[in-house]
Amino acid sequence: MNANKVLDAKGLACPMPIVKTKKAINEMQSGEVLEIHATDKGAKSDLTAWAKSGGHELLDHIEENNVFTFWIKKG
Amino acid sequence: MVEKKKTTIILFSGDYDKAMAAYIIANGAAAYDHEVTIFHTFWGLNALRKEELVKVKKGFMEKMFAKMMPRGADNMGLSNMNFAGIGPKLIKNVMKKHHAVPLPHLIEMAQEQDINLVACTMTMDLLGLQQEELLDGIEYAGVAAYLADAEDGNVNLFI
Repeated sequence: MNANKVLDAKGLACPMPIVKTKKAINEMQSGEVLEIHATDKGAKSDLTAWAKSGGHELLDHIEENNVFTFWIKKG
Repeated sequence: MVEKKKTTIILFSGDYDKAMAAYIIANGAAAYDHEVTIFHTFWGLNALRKEELVKVKKGFMEKMFAKMMPRGADNMGLSNMNFAGIGPKLIKNVMKKHHAVPLPHLIEMAQEQDINLVACTMTMDLLGLQQEELLDGIEYAGVAAYLADAEDGNVNLFI
């Protein structure tokens, strides 16, 4: 998937993945896609809930070798 | 423009772990675009103390309090397994291993995210803490200011 920006949040613990994602999204335009890499086990629930609450769209996510990758489209 | 949601947290505890929970929730709420206020009262005020010794005029009791209470977030004890001060050292090592953010850094991050850090002035008087001893850029208020924030708050916690 094509992303406008990639955020490496690997190795970061709660609440950093969400805080960093929020910062990255703030600097983006509506409709642009942010790709996030995270290793925090809670990241899936966290980012799903966060995207929904903020009016963003979680396009897709995969898990590979304990790394979660998310694509969020800014609302 | 939708009105921002509000999170208000009362930090009463002066324990490192409880303050950490409060600040993690606060930083998370700020990332949720909430307007966040942490109201520090009683022992929670110690999280806002500067680490360095600030020379201010104090009475005998106030001096005793100042000596017995932790100076700053990094010097606070644990609510459990404190082991006379060894516990915090152990947990800080474990935190490093798991890349958890230490409390002083969480407080800095809160300030960067424009979280309102408020010190309760009544309990400051009780504990003999003065503005010069607390971090810069915080607010001073009482119960009314807290309630004004909390009454239209969406998340409200007492820690």
